Amino acid sequence: MQQALRFQPVDADPVDRSEFIEQARQLRRGSEGAARGLSLTIRDLRKSFGDNEVLRGIDLHIPAGQFVAIVGRSGCGKSTLLRLIAGLEKATAGSIAFSEEVRAQDVRVMFQEPRLLPWARVLSNVEVGLGRDRASADAQARAERALLEVGLGDKRGQWPSVLSGGQKQRVALARALVSRPRVLAFDEPLGALDALTRISMQQMLERVWRDQGFTAMLVTHDVAEAVALAERVLVIEDGRIAEDFAVDLPRPRRRGSAELAALEGTILKHLLEGSEETSDL
Amino acid sequence: MSLIDSVSRVTAPKLPRVDGLIPWIVPLAIILIWQLACVTGFVPSRVLPAPTDVALAGWKLLLSGELIKNIWVSFWRASIGFLIGGSIGFAFGLANGLSKLSSQLTDTTLQMVRNIPHLALIPLVILWFGIDESAKLFLVALGVFFPIYLNTLHGIRTVDPQLIEMGRIYGMTDGELFRRVIFPGALPSIFVGLRFALGIMWLTLIVAETIAASSGLGYMAMQAREFMLIDVVVLSILIYALLGKLADSASRALERLTLSWHPAFQKQ
Ligand SMILES: Nc1ncnc2c1ncn2[C@@H]1O[C@H](COP(=O)(O)OP(=O)(O)OP(=O)(O)O)[C@@H](O)[C@H]1O
Ligand SMILES: [Mg+2]
Repeated sequence: MQQALRFQPVDADPVDRSEFIEQARQLRRGSEGAARGLSLTIRDLRKSFGDNEVLRGIDLHIPAGQFVAIVGRSGCGKSTLLRLIAGLEKATAGSIAFSEEVRAQDVRVMFQEPRLLPWARVLSNVEVGLGRDRASADAQARAERALLEVGLGDKRGQWPSVLSGGQKQRVALARALVSRPRVLAFDEPLGALDALTRISMQQMLERVWRDQGFTAMLVTHDVAEAVALAERVLVIEDGRIAEDFAVDLPRPRRRGSAELAALEGTILKHLLEGSEETSDL
Repeated sequence: MSLIDSVSRVTAPKLPRVDGLIPWIVPLAIILIWQLACVTGFVPSRVLPAPTDVALAGWKLLLSGELIKNIWVSFWRASIGFLIGGSIGFAFGLANGLSKLSSQLTDTTLQMVRNIPHLALIPLVILWFGIDESAKLFLVALGVFFPIYLNTLHGIRTVDPQLIEMGRIYGMTDGELFRRVIFPGALPSIFVGLRFALGIMWLTLIVAETIAASSGLGYMAMQAREFMLIDVVVLSILIYALLGKLADSASRALERLTLSWHPAFQKQ
C-alpha cells in the first residue's frame, strides 16, 4: 500500500484523495442512517405575541437533508420561526410536521451567542449536547469526537473564558453536533464574528453538513453567506414566505464568483424594495 | 524568546515571596511605631500597653489555659451560630429564588424583618434566653441569616436566562439544571454573602459576649476591664482581628477553589 502510494505520479495524488474522501463521506452517510436529515412540512403556521402578528401563515416544505437559508429584515420573525421549529415556542395556529417521529436530540439549535457554561470545561460543555445520553459510558468519547470534528481537540480541558469568539462558537457547534441531530437550526451563528473567522466557520458548517447530511436551516443577515452556503434561500416578509430562490450552483462554491454575486444582487434588491415599500407607508 | 525565558526564570521564584510580604509591611510598621511610642513614654502604658506587654499577657494566659479555652468557646459559638443562620438563610434563598409561590409567601416578611438591626434585639433576647449559650447563638444566626439569604436569592435570580434556556433545550431535568446551571451561576454572589456574613458573625459575637456571657473572648475582655488589665483588653481586640482575617482568608481560599473558572481567578 505504502509502496503503491510512493510510486504514484505527484499530480494524481490530490485527485485521488478527494475522490477517496467523497467515497468515505458517502459510506458514512449510508452507515449512519440515524444521522440523515428529516424532511419537514409547515402548514399555515401563525404566531402572535399579544396583538403583534409576527408570522401570518407560513407554508413550507423542506426535503430531507436540504440546506435552507432564511433572510429577511430585522424583526420579521426569522428567529421566531426557528424557535417554533425547535419547539421553544408554541404556535398560535398551524402545524409543523417532521417526516418521522422526532426525539429531543434530533433537533438542535445554535444561537448567535455560544451559550457555553462558563464553569464547565470545553469537553463537559460538549457533553451537555448529548441530552439524556450524558450518563452513558461512551459520552466522553463522543464529545471528544465532536470536538475533533470542529478542530478543537486540543482545547478540551480549557475554560470557555479563555477561548476566542470563533472558538467558543465552534464549541457550541460541537455541542449541537454531538447528538447527531437530523435537523439543525442556526440563528445567525456567525453574526458576531469577524469577516475572516466567518468565512472559515462557513466552510466548517458546509463541511459538517455534507458529512452528516442533516437538514440545515440557517437564519442570516448576510445574503452573501446565504447564497454561498444554501441550496435554497427563503425571504420572509410580512409574516409570510415572500420569495423562494433555488441556488443550483456546484460546490465548492467560489466566493465572489459572478453567479453568486448576481443571485445575491437579486435577493438584496428584493429585500431593499420591501423595506422601501414599508417606509413609504 | 530565550531572553524573556531567562528573565522570567530568574524573577519568577522571587516575585511571589515579595508579593506575599507586601500586605504585612503596614501592620508591622504600625506595631513598630506603637512599640517605640510606648517605650519612649510618648503614650502612657495606662492608655495603651506596649506590644511586648500585650504579647507577655497573651503568653501568661496561654500558659494558664484560659486563652485557649476562651478562644475555643468563642469559635464554637461563631461556627454553630453561623451554620444555623447560614443554612436557614441559604435554604430560604434557594426556595425564594426557585419558587415564585415561596417568594410571594415569605420575601416581603423577610425584607421587613431585615430592617430591624439584629443587635437591637439584645434586651429581648436576654429576657428570653438569659445569658445562656442559646442567646448568643440566636443573635449570631440572625445576623448571618440576611446576607446569606439576600445574596443567594440575588445570585439565583440573576443567572443568565439564555443559559437556562440552553439547559432546557438540551434536555436537562430540573435537578440537573440546578446542579449544572443555576447553582454554579449563583455561586459568585453566594460567596459575596458569605464574606459579609463572616464579618457580621464576629461583630455580633463580640457585642453579645461583652454584654451577656460568662466565657469567651468578649467576656475575657470585660473581666480584664474590671481589673484594669488593659493589656488583656488589647489582646482580645487583636485576637478578634486575627480571627476575622482568618475567616476571610478561609472563604477566599474556598472561593478560589470553586470559582477557578471565573476570569477574575485566572491570573496566569
Ligand atoms: N417573546 C416575545 N414576546 C413578545 N414579542 C416577541 C417575542 N419574541 C419576538 N417578539 C417579537 O416578534 C417579532 C419578530 O421577532 P424575531 O426575533 O423573530 O425577529 P428576527 O427576524 O429574528 O429579527 P432579527 O433579524 O433582528 O433577529 C419582533 O417584533 C419581536 O418584537
Ligand atoms: Mg433573530
